[in-house]
Amino acid sequence: MIPAAFDYVRPESLAEACEALADAGEDAKVLAGGQSLLPLLRLRLSFPSTLVDVGRLTELHDIRDGGDHVFIGAGATHYDVVRSPLVNAACPLVALAAATVADPAVRHRGTFGGALAHADPAGDLPAVAVALDCVFTARSANGEREIPAAEFFVDYLEPALAPDEILTGIRVPKLGPGWGYHYEKFHRTAQSWAIVGVAAAVRRSNGVVEEARIGLTNMGPTPLRARGVEDALRGAGIHPAAPDDGGADPIRDACGEAAAGSSPPSDLHAQPDYRRHLARALTHRAVRAAARA
Amino acid sequence: MTEVGSARRRKEDARLITGRTQWTDNIQLPGMLYVAYLRSPMAHARIVRVDTGPARREPGVVAAFSGRDFAQEQGSLPCAWPVSEDVVIPDHPPMAVHEVRYVGEAVACVVATDRYKAADALAAIEIEYEELPAVLDMAEALTDTAPKVHEAGNRAFTWRFGNGDIDAAFRDAPVVVDRTYVQQRLIPSAMEPRAVVAATDGDAFTLYSATQIPHILRVMLALTTGIPEHRLRVIAPDVGGGFGSKLQVTAEEVLALLLARRLGRPVKWTESRSEGNMTVHHGRDQLQRISVAAERDGRLRGIKVDLLADMGAYLMLVTPGIPLLGAFMYNGIYKMDAYDFGCTGVFTTKMPTDAYRGAGRPEATYALERVMDELAAEVGLDPLELRRRNWIRHEEFPYTTIANLTYDSGNYEAATERATTLFGYDKLRAEQADRRERRDPVQLGIGVSTYTEMCGLAPSRVLGSLSYGAGGWEHASVRMLPTGKVEVVTGSSPHGQGHVTAWSQIVADALGVPFEDVSVMHGDTAVSPRGMDTYGSRSLAVGGVAVLQACDKVKEKARQVAAHLLEASPEDLEFAEGSFRVRGTGAGRSIQEIALAVFAAHDLPDGFEPALDADATFDPENFSYPHGTHLCAIEVDTETGQSRIRSYVAVDDVGKVVNPLIVEGQVHGGLAQGIAQALFEEAVYDADGNLLTTTMADYLMPTAADLPDFVTDRTETPATSNPLGVKGVGEAGTIASTPAVVNAIVDALRPHGVHDVRMPCTPERIWRTLAGVRGGAA
Repeated sequence: MIPAAFDYVRPESLAEACEALADAGEDAKVLAGGQSLLPLLRLRLSFPSTLVDVGRLTELHDIRDGGDHVFIGAGATHYDVVRSPLVNAACPLVALAAATVADPAVRHRGTFGGALAHADPAGDLPAVAVALDCVFTARSANGEREIPAAEFFVDYLEPALAPDEILTGIRVPKLGPGWGYHYEKFHRTAQSWAIVGVAAAVRRSNGVVEEARIGLTNMGPTPLRARGVEDALRGAGIHPAAPDDGGADPIRDACGEAAAGSSPPSDLHAQPDYRRHLARALTHRAVRAAARA
Repeated sequence: MTEVGSARRRKEDARLITGRTQWTDNIQLPGMLYVAYLRSPMAHARIVRVDTGPARREPGVVAAFSGRDFAQEQGSLPCAWPVSEDVVIPDHPPMAVHEVRYVGEAVACVVATDRYKAADALAAIEIEYEELPAVLDMAEALTDTAPKVHEAGNRAFTWRFGNGDIDAAFRDAPVVVDRTYVQQRLIPSAMEPRAVVAATDGDAFTLYSATQIPHILRVMLALTTGIPEHRLRVIAPDVGGGFGSKLQVTAEEVLALLLARRLGRPVKWTESRSEGNMTVHHGRDQLQRISVAAERDGRLRGIKVDLLADMGAYLMLVTPGIPLLGAFMYNGIYKMDAYDFGCTGVFTTKMPTDAYRGAGRPEATYALERVMDELAAEVGLDPLELRRRNWIRHEEFPYTTIANLTYDSGNYEAATERATTLFGYDKLRAEQADRRERRDPVQLGIGVSTYTEMCGLAPSRVLGSLSYGAGGWEHASVRMLPTGKVEVVTGSSPHGQGHVTAWSQIVADALGVPFEDVSVMHGDTAVSPRGMDTYGSRSLAVGGVAVLQACDKVKEKARQVAAHLLEASPEDLEFAEGSFRVRGTGAGRSIQEIALAVFAAHDLPDGFEPALDADATFDPENFSYPHGTHLCAIEVDTETGQSRIRSYVAVDDVGKVVNPLIVEGQVHGGLAQGIAQALFEEAVYDADGNLLTTTMADYLMPTAADLPDFVTDRTETPATSNPLGVKGVGEAGTIASTPAVVNAIVDALRPHGVHDVRMPCTPERIWRTLAGVRGGAA
């Protein structure tokens, strides 16, 4: 790797890191696992003046029970998250999606917070964060603040973090009993980005959907919440009618508008019309799988 | 024969997997400088002005040059295969002087004290271009009004070949199937990127390069740079894969020597993966029109082929010959009355194409095996039955094909029988029928590929008749040391194949010495003076045979000494388990004892030179012809277009097997590469001629996680064209698998009215194809 020249600091504490970031000015970047930032440096698509390396700050690695939520430290690796009994028990959708991030090497180095702060709409975690209404905590030399997921993803690769703020963790609300989960990722090779992904959480009761939360990966410059589908799913019967009874399939019908309001990208892997088609098909699959989970 | 045929673990692997290797990039020499290249951001432009002065003032920079600084001495990169009378070989300066013709072409360079400073200083070079029109589409490039890549026009050559009365074959033919297939452009992705180090000591030069061809490279570099051949040593240290991409004489190799000469210091250049994607020669890129004429019962009358082959911007080492390596293969394993082949090479403003695993033969096999499936559908036969009706029967060998090659041996019936059994062909066909019946959204397709290839390149006389610039022999030396150990020098140049292991097995059997007692040297022109290097599945079938023949000569020398020591006549000696014994008496001498006696030279036959060594050069009379039957079952999700290989059976006949583990590895890797072309990989240029697939995120190379478990097996029909009975296995998997996979996808979708899906068969392309035949808007 031959990046452009940069300064490098490795603070010993979060407080020092905030100071260092403030001192380094607007063009500094926070380095954690490096799995998103280093490729950008290698390709000289990013020219930070200073890298503030928070990778060894153990105070960022915690995953702990916060009562009504699970707090995942920004520095926890994807692997930590996938393996956490707490995450798997209390917010399994997060573990399901984290398990699909890139490949094992990346999951061992890359951090949960880093992937979210990178704000790549093709990443698997942002859609989960918006679907579950996670809350992001960020620290600067001036103190800590909370940012709801719905406000965190401002634009393509642009999180709602000030240049002097470090993402410290994510609160994932516990949804409680009765919910089923599924993350449906559509990609061409095991390591490649999602062409489209759908994160679905569904609460069922007496054979109908009571409530649903759906996040879409890579259907626009930011992760999207498919609110129209969520509304349409309320009360939908989980089991399609037999063909002899007309074959009505309320879940499929409800997912027909999954791409509404999206502005999917056009790239080498898919054109927008195909992504819209996939969003509909995959939302249906994700909701059905979550309803049966 | 105990070693040959055994699944010996590779001698190479302990070093490779524990990092004790010496790649070119690991080589450090005192005073070494580092080179970085400024590359054209435009597909086609005139260079108006270059000023490297500002770069020379950057920290750590020792020198900076543009093409103009080397215009008088850099020569033209060689093309060693002027295929036809009309071939146009344009001047190809290693660094562009007046004009650039593809994105990534080197225009200037910086030489600095470390690679970071060299890369940083590139930005300081001032360069001005005057943009010229890009030429991207082959058919358009051949029109009269097309902008020209070179003064002489965009037609690089035309080449025709035919046999039999093709007009008669097509006239009144009951069935004609006419198809056009796209062989997309591919990027070879060897694990080790290209790297080169050049050092000079007065008038002597040493070049280290991650190359497949140290011997050919030495000759070509001597001719290009004017450095006398005997003052130039070329070393291929450990080399991490090539797949044809390192069968090349590159601009960076020539310039490394010129820079070392100009600066009097060693220089190093190592490409990044993105730089490599742009500037490693690409593979394939042909437009193939193929027509078959057949009887109503499916028997073939004749085949017509018309190719457009994208050369890219220049003709590199064997660029124009690649499509012609396929010219003799469009008839495959089938009998027919007439054959006609034409190829037009076309210049475009893209990276030049050249050899990539299989080189011409995968393209031919793809078009043929695809069109055979179309013919089967047309005449209503099972694809395997159609092939049975047309293939050469095993009792008909040796068989001279319509393309005038003589296939020495083969048994297509046996390989097909074994493959269908392992695959469960009938059961899968039944499942397919059931899914069709149920209108299952996930359809099942079954793809067939009964391939052969010409490899073991090759007979020098045949290569000469095709205007190839060199022969196809291979050289080996075998020497017994005083302690009975054996050193082998091979002219073949391994870069992952396992020569050291395989050669040790051959020598162990031939001389009756332990496998561990053999060491193999290669890849350094000072150690291995003669060689034709490694490509075209030729190492074992040519180089391995040379090793065997050298061993035979050593053994005959040893026999003379043994006879002398045992006071017997040489004819009365038998050789077994490493010892010569007098028949009937039991008195004997081991070959190790003889080696020591030769070294001491106290008591040798009169006139016997005290050396137990020999050289041999093998030039085969014929190519070798591996063949096999591959079967692929694929599930295609008709809602999303996603496909998943459910099972893959490869039964290959590569003749005698020296090491089954190595053969297995070659088959697995080959399958991965062929499947990659079918489903994943494509080099994409945009409308301005910019390469879009410059990273692994865009150029999708599959990994083990994307591939099924392969079921592999072999039939063994020995080649008769060499004494080992071997055929070569380096390219078989790549050649066979691409059509097997695409045939399976088309087979799955045929009831939906689909007759073709262009490669790579991406989910989106499958979905659009289905949407198109449904008549709906995509």
